[in-house]
Amino acid sequence: MKVIEINGIEKTYDEKTVPVHAVNGIDLSFEQGEFVAIVGPSGSGKTTLLNIIGGLDKPNSGEIIISGTNIGALSSSKMIDFRLNNIGFVFQAYNLIPVLTAKENIEFIMDLQGRSKVEKDSRSLELLKSVGLNDRANSRPNKLSGGQQQRVAVARALASKPKFILADEPTANLDSKSTETLLEIMEKLNKEENITFIFSTHDARVVKKARRVITVEDGKVVSDEKC
Amino acid sequence: MINSIAWKNIWRNKLRSLVVIAAVTFGILAAVFSAALMNGMVERRLRSAIELETSHIQIHNPKYLENKDLYYFINNADSLVAEIKKMPEIKSASKRLKIMAMANTSSSGTGVMVNGIVPEKEKLVTGIYNKILDSSGTYFDGVKNNPVVIGQKLAEKLKIKVKSKVILTIQATDGTMVSGAFKVAGIFETSNSMFDELNIFARFSDLARLTSFDINNAHEIAILLNDTKLSDDFALKISRQFSTLDTMTWKEIQPDLGMTVEFLNIMLYFSLIIILLALGFGIVNTMLMVVLERVKELGILMAIGMNKARIFKMIMLETIYLSLTGGIAGLIFGIVLIQIFQYSGIDVSAYGEGFSDIGYDAIIYPSIGWDFYLGTVLLVILTGIIASIYPARKALKLNPAEAVRTEI
Ligand SMILES: Nc1ncnc2c1ncn2[C@@H]1O[C@H](COP(=O)(O)OP(=O)(O)OP(=O)(O)O)[C@@H](O)[C@H]1O
Ligand SMILES: [Mg+2]
Repeated sequence: MKVIEINGIEKTYDEKTVPVHAVNGIDLSFEQGEFVAIVGPSGSGKTTLLNIIGGLDKPNSGEIIISGTNIGALSSSKMIDFRLNNIGFVFQAYNLIPVLTAKENIEFIMDLQGRSKVEKDSRSLELLKSVGLNDRANSRPNKLSGGQQQRVAVARALASKPKFILADEPTANLDSKSTETLLEIMEKLNKEENITFIFSTHDARVVKKARRVITVEDGKVVSDEKC
Repeated sequence: MINSIAWKNIWRNKLRSLVVIAAVTFGILAAVFSAALMNGMVERRLRSAIELETSHIQIHNPKYLENKDLYYFINNADSLVAEIKKMPEIKSASKRLKIMAMANTSSSGTGVMVNGIVPEKEKLVTGIYNKILDSSGTYFDGVKNNPVVIGQKLAEKLKIKVKSKVILTIQATDGTMVSGAFKVAGIFETSNSMFDELNIFARFSDLARLTSFDINNAHEIAILLNDTKLSDDFALKISRQFSTLDTMTWKEIQPDLGMTVEFLNIMLYFSLIIILLALGFGIVNTMLMVVLERVKELGILMAIGMNKARIFKMIMLETIYLSLTGGIAGLIFGIVLIQIFQYSGIDVSAYGEGFSDIGYDAIIYPSIGWDFYLGTVLLVILTGIIASIYPARKALKLNPAEAVRTEI
């Protein structure tokens, strides 16, 4: 089942002075359950592409269709609600709300969705368990390691039951051990729950785990391989 | 959950928040305490004016007000008083023979207002008997013939003491001038020196005999009600019932006091609002810093699906909590301070010589109603709401894609 389809995406920054074609004509489609790495040199447009897919940024041209919805047509406030219910996000760092505990961070997104207290409680505990942090449920982010914070962020992204999860360099700030653990967890969730992951990375070891690798250069897809 | 995030967010930068909270605390403390001083002063002045000077309501012959002449009396005042006393709102009522006179002693003379009263009945209406100075005689006792009770200021002016003689010269009913010798039975002092300088109290019967005034009549009927708040309504009732007579409330008898009381609320809230306005700018500044510091975090919140209304709510609540924490602390300190001085009072006689010249006590007993505290809380919340608008709008203008890119 196709979850994402993008056609003819272009994004140009600073059109007045020297235009930067951050994304320069990309067509892609993603199926349910894919585990995709987006790679490419710095400045190649990975973040821009992910932001556009996630509806954080609007392209200058092209269309993005997520589960049949053309998100280009959504108003910015509709877009926020759409993100809440359809897309999970993991950023490079500082993902979590610092004043909330790990468990509360996970519950927060379900709270935004208006889930019941019982559901929030049981699902957040379940997710904490699946990212191996059930013993850190009541720790605030500043008491967690970078790797643990990223695991909580993955758990939060999953909590809203999104159609897919976008992760922009989720391991960039992690040491190799934490990177490995996080990737294992993502892989496990991908396999067990058939949840789609699309992540960008510079790390060769991360790329190796991916089952599809899209290489971007100068805002263009230069290769798209399944392995 | 947004609630608890907003509250916890305040304590992320403890020092900065505490500085803001302390500023609000002191501001509210100052506003509440100064309001209580002002209110206490006016309340006390009002109480003493009603207790000692005006009562709640006075009834006169309308012509008497234009010209305080002996002829312009109320017919059959006794039966009128009896009728009024039957009404449920009434605490007490008394009739007076009230006339301008010349008071002379061997060394001095001045114009005075002579109040002819029935001492035992007057005690139920006015509290002058409580204001007789120590070792300055009594309220009409101790002098057999023609006793008078006079104000301290007047005694000074006439250079007389207890048991001194004073001659009162009055125009009698037949138009001739009559004089009578009176003897000072007691000297009183209220907080209103103007009142003390003008008024002499004599027995109704003594004055009536001197001026050939019919003892069934009177110039003034003073009424004390169970509650000051009843004054306006009761005055209306009386004026309907006795339409040929003139009925005045204390507000009309002492218009300056009436005005002061009417404007009191505006005055009380005025300084509070000015202080809150100044504090509001500080709060806006703090919240702008907060938004600036949390650009990345706000970007992430918007990215994961926190909508604008919720972002707005979160920042507004944080601002309200920040203001309200200081506001409530200020209120608590204010209440404590007011409680401390409520009974002992603050003696301002060292700074305010002129207080008693305008009728105010030189000791201020701060006091303020609960409605003012409630009003303060509401205004603090309102300040928080208003102060949050600009910072919250700044937050809403963030573009999530750019915000999450921000390095911190
Ligand atoms: N807000 C912006 N204004 C102007 N140019 C921008 C903006 N954001 C990104 N760019 C430019 O767009 C291009 C693509 O940037 P992008 O961040 O998408 O690259 P990236 O592949 O994610 O790089 P990295 O691996 O360093 O994260 C770069 O040349 C960058 O300088
Ligand atoms: Mg990037």
